[in-house]
Amino acid sequence: MNRTGRHKTTEEAADNVLLDRLQRTAFEYFLQATNAQNGLIADTTREGSPSSIACVGFALSAYPVGVEHGWIDRADAVRRALVCLRFFMDSDQSGGPNATGHRGYYFHFLDMHNGKRVWLSELSLIDTALLIVGMLMAAAYFNAETPDEIELRRLADALYRRVDWRWAQRDGAAVTHGWKPECGFLHYGWEGYSEAILLYVLGLGSPTHPLTEQSFLTWTTTYQWENLYGIDHLYAGSLFIHQFSHAWVDFRGIRDAFMREKGCDYFENSRRATFVQREYAIRNPRSFTGYSAECWGLSAGDGPSVEPRLVAGRHQAFYGYAARGVPYGPDDGTIAGSSMLASLVFAPDLVLPALRRLIASDVSNSDELIHASGFNRLVREGGQNGWVSQDRFGLDQGMIVLMIENHRTGLPWRLGRASPYLRAGLRRAGFRGGWL
Amino acid sequence: MFQIHEAMNHPCEGVHDHELCANARPPTWRNPTPCERYHLLIVGAGPAGLVAARGAAALGARVALVEQHLLGGDCLNYGCVPSKTLIRSSRLYADMRNATHFGVRPPDRIQVDFPMAMARVRSIRARISRADSAARLAAEGIDVFFGTARFTGGDTVDVEGTRLRFKKAMIATGSRSMLPTIPGLAQAGYLTNETVFDLTALPASLLVIGGGPVGCELAQAFARFGCRTIIAHDEPLFLPREERDAALLVAEALASDGVEIHLNTKAMNVRVEGAKKIVETINDGNVATIVVDEILTGIGRVPAVANLNLEAAGVAFDPDGGIQVDDFLRTTNRRIFAAGDVCLEHKFTDTADASARIVVRNALFLGRQRFSALTIPWCTYTDPEIAHVGLYVRQARARGIPIKTFTVPMHDVDRAIADGEEGGFVKIHVHEGTDTILGATVVARHAGEMINDLSLAMVAGIGLSTIARVMHAYPTQAEAIKKAANAYTRTRLSPWIAWLLRRWINR
Repeated sequence: MNRTGRHKTTEEAADNVLLDRLQRTAFEYFLQATNAQNGLIADTTREGSPSSIACVGFALSAYPVGVEHGWIDRADAVRRALVCLRFFMDSDQSGGPNATGHRGYYFHFLDMHNGKRVWLSELSLIDTALLIVGMLMAAAYFNAETPDEIELRRLADALYRRVDWRWAQRDGAAVTHGWKPECGFLHYGWEGYSEAILLYVLGLGSPTHPLTEQSFLTWTTTYQWENLYGIDHLYAGSLFIHQFSHAWVDFRGIRDAFMREKGCDYFENSRRATFVQREYAIRNPRSFTGYSAECWGLSAGDGPSVEPRLVAGRHQAFYGYAARGVPYGPDDGTIAGSSMLASLVFAPDLVLPALRRLIASDVSNSDELIHASGFNRLVREGGQNGWVSQDRFGLDQGMIVLMIENHRTGLPWRLGRASPYLRAGLRRAGFRGGWL
Repeated sequence: MFQIHEAMNHPCEGVHDHELCANARPPTWRNPTPCERYHLLIVGAGPAGLVAARGAAALGARVALVEQHLLGGDCLNYGCVPSKTLIRSSRLYADMRNATHFGVRPPDRIQVDFPMAMARVRSIRARISRADSAARLAAEGIDVFFGTARFTGGDTVDVEGTRLRFKKAMIATGSRSMLPTIPGLAQAGYLTNETVFDLTALPASLLVIGGGPVGCELAQAFARFGCRTIIAHDEPLFLPREERDAALLVAEALASDGVEIHLNTKAMNVRVEGAKKIVETINDGNVATIVVDEILTGIGRVPAVANLNLEAAGVAFDPDGGIQVDDFLRTTNRRIFAAGDVCLEHKFTDTADASARIVVRNALFLGRQRFSALTIPWCTYTDPEIAHVGLYVRQARARGIPIKTFTVPMHDVDRAIADGEEGGFVKIHVHEGTDTILGATVVARHAGEMINDLSLAMVAGIGLSTIARVMHAYPTQAEAIKKAANAYTRTRLSPWIAWLLRRWINR
């Protein structure tokens, strides 16, 4: 072996160690931030954080990964999943202001202890989809003929079948964002490409209350295919949009009508979106500290909530928790480190060098720039790393676990491919080719 | 349900307003003795009426022009002219506050003088009114009548007791502010775009109800003057017809100017306590209270069809959609045409102008020009401005047209960087696989100036390949359009052509 080859092998080994460490730390979030009585998972590490149903979905998706790596034994994982599924099956579905759900959907935020709605949150379609896909993943993985695993599969199936997707189709074919007991359906619609593709696939695949095929076509009518920075892609500004559905659905080589027209697929599109993010950071139009070809990742997450200040002569506001994006912002210099890592599967050639650089620059030696929900090097009062979110978010940890796993073994994708519901949903959305 | 706001007669105060009135409604004006029959009688002397009157008179037609209020219509008196003038002043205050962004030391103290800005509005309104004064129109051979026009038959109109006969007529009475029916609003008092320019003192706080173009423009302007400004909009995004990125950029711009933004928020009722107006709002079931000094409603326009006695002329209309016209702008009475806001969905001065030109040709010269053939640009004059022409992506996709967008962020344009005006983008939509421009949206500080290049290209059938060959002066912000065209030509370099070129260069 020549020197370059040896160097490469050493680097690969170091990368594997690093990825293993990051993935395991992320996985442990789900073991710690849970209520063993009902399986709910806290939204964040913040004191008193309620449960986010999306985080529960990530936990259910992550348990199989933990079992495979030996971070949790199978019986423990099954027990955790089962407690959770039993809770949702028995939950209050009346749709009242203090209920847990309605028509098979669940409120976005639930009390960690009693599982009732908190924060006047909405009955959330996308978060229900993230929860349900986690149930289907767990059901696909825990396939043993033991009483617990049989019950787990039965519950997951029943909970999926219970969701009344068709009910959320308002104004003809369009699907709403959510519903509240206080005001009925929210009048936000899904406009432009987004993580909702998972919601549509699940909704279309339902054998009981399916969305109409027209709903997907109506939504994709709002897509914008753009050439930006010389890169042709299906545009969405915030990086997480290009990642979320891809944690479960292997979009490599399968195409719907839109992607057939454009000669692309959603996986390749996410790869291109990663390049767009990097191009933006190189341009760094607002001259923010820290942005570079190896430091990018504008996505949804926490950011500083400090008073506006002058940055490069300009009054710069700070947005706290926000869905940041490129190229039009919002951008206040905050990077979501986990979002960069979650693009690993699409563009390892971009992500690995950036990851090494980010870890090397972390003066705390704690990997906090990856696990914390955002960091901002403009705001220096946080310490030597600049401002770093004090909180870890379950969604970020879930994406780290699943996307590293897709990169390493493809397990979440294999589970997704094995789901008859996801396959049916993809076919009804017009996907053809490849593994489908 | 909406009620119509009756336009106020403009108060005639101060030297500028006196000049405006002398031009737009001379106090001593005496209506002329009508001729036996006019070739073209025009009801309404806004942009459409003035253009048609001038165009027809220049071609030798006998023209009567009837105006109820002021010559120039909404555009000059309550609309484009005063609002753009006020916006200019507010923009300068914003620039003063952001002086460091331009490498300039800001003034130690920025003292806003609102009455001074309003005096400038009146002065500029008066100045522009000179071009279309009643005296000038009369000198051009147009019979100008002031008064209320009522149709008395299929070819006659009564103006203040005088009967005018016509061969052809054009109705161009424009539109009025549309007010939401909010209990207590009328009793509490409110401003509309027709009265807001009569303010002489800056209110300490202002609630703008409605996040359409007028609402957004004025909310930003008032915030920049230092008024605590709140905007409540009953939708998830401002400017519902614009594309999402454009609307988001405007929301961000408004927020950075200090406008308090309440989206998905409906005003439920208004009451008065002392000098304050208390507005109860609801958002996703949550009730809140907003306390302000003034309320401005700018939620839309309804056609001005009242009191015309259109039934007598056999002209069909409905109160919301206005006068029914065919694609040749002819009403249900073949002698009578309509132009501008009173019959069109696009309620813009430029569209009124273009439609009036069509009417002159179609009514007097047997023309067969279609309104639908027009390429209509529009612009919202927030900072940054949003300008659009042609199709939106969603419209094209709904019609099954394969569409691709070439996007150039303004932060890739040297002049925009140098000007410190990097917010925004140029998006040019082409038919996939061709260079044919289907539409474009520009968000930039001078988007209104930039969209004209693209309108020209669309009307002349010029594609992106040709634009890529047109030298654009460097550095200019409109170079963004050339950059989009260059991006298009790069996509034409297929791997096969690239291989050929490499072979040639390395031969």
